Amino acid sequence: MTPDSMTEIWVYLSAQPLLWLTLTLAIYLLAVFLHRKSGGLPAVNPVLISVSILVALLLATGTPYQRYFDGAQFVHFLLGPTTVALAVPLHAQLKRLLAMSGPLLIALVVGSLVAGLSAYAIGAWLGASAPTLASLAPKSVTTPIAMGIAERLGGLASLTAVFVILTGIFGAIFATGILRCLGVKDEASVGFAMGLASHGIGTARAFQLSEQTGAFAALAMGINGLFTALTLPWLLPMLAPLLR
Amino acid sequence: MIAALATLLAFQLAGEALRAALHLPVPGPVIGMALLLVWLVIRRGPGEPLRHTSGTLLQNLSLMFVPAGTGVMLHMGRLADEAWPIAIALVASTVLGIVAAGLTLHRLTRHQEDAQ
Repeated sequence: MTPDSMTEIWVYLSAQPLLWLTLTLAIYLLAVFLHRKSGGLPAVNPVLISVSILVALLLATGTPYQRYFDGAQFVHFLLGPTTVALAVPLHAQLKRLLAMSGPLLIALVVGSLVAGLSAYAIGAWLGASAPTLASLAPKSVTTPIAMGIAERLGGLASLTAVFVILTGIFGAIFATGILRCLGVKDEASVGFAMGLASHGIGTARAFQLSEQTGAFAALAMGINGLFTALTLPWLLPMLAPLLR
Repeated sequence: MIAALATLLAFQLAGEALRAALHLPVPGPVIGMALLLVWLVIRRGPGEPLRHTSGTLLQNLSLMFVPAGTGVMLHMGRLADEAWPIAIALVASTVLGIVAAGLTLHRLTRHQEDAQ
């Protein structure tokens, strides 16, 4: 094959959704393979590896994100039905969840307020700009909720999505280690903390630990999304002058 | 598998419809999750196909975040300009959130866990 015909094939394929959809799946499979090879090391996070490789590839080939997303949107779409599917492990743990409903609600309020307000306060203290701060505050909740909250606070939805995912990756990598240092090892507390502070990516990691840990993470993610959506949009403008 | 996928999509659709009708601040899929949970309680658990398909999707939950995560490339400029405030605020508040939620639940349920 001549270099010219190679270029031609590339030009044709890179404009098709099929190429970037296939590459997204193939690179994810590679990332999962590396994760398993590492013995399930949290630092070898599949989302982190996949995103790093894809960004490098898109920048190297000069492909705009929008063209990439034309293909990857089919994977992105699955986030919806997969969120619905979280009801199945929740149902399996329902008795245990209901028996702990008091402590779970208190942990929700404490954890949610600490995660959201501290992000704003620390960012403000370090001199981050107003749109950045408004995009940081909802970073612990699942992407679509966080984007909606950020817009109401004057943030940038797409920047929020990035913060949400960076938060998720960080939580998925470090949560178990941090909690172990504090002597917190029970599945309920570990799972709940992971889902609350690092939403779906933390929940994905929690499911790797055990189904019970995953169920508590899924619950925390869901109720923290609800709680944050209902409180942060009015609480933050009220407290913002105090946090600066 | 198709029937299970249709079930999940139908609950997502119901969630979206409810969100639009009542102007709820929560996304459709999260409402769909709550509706499916209620349905599973009424039906006393999922059938085997739904259990299997849900398990497969949830095992690959990480994959679903890759397309949105790749959007980081659109914000390289802002991330570079405000790298330190963003990095410190993000890391510190996430650690604080993990500690606050984990420690609170652990302290409140310790006796319960011991009893089991």
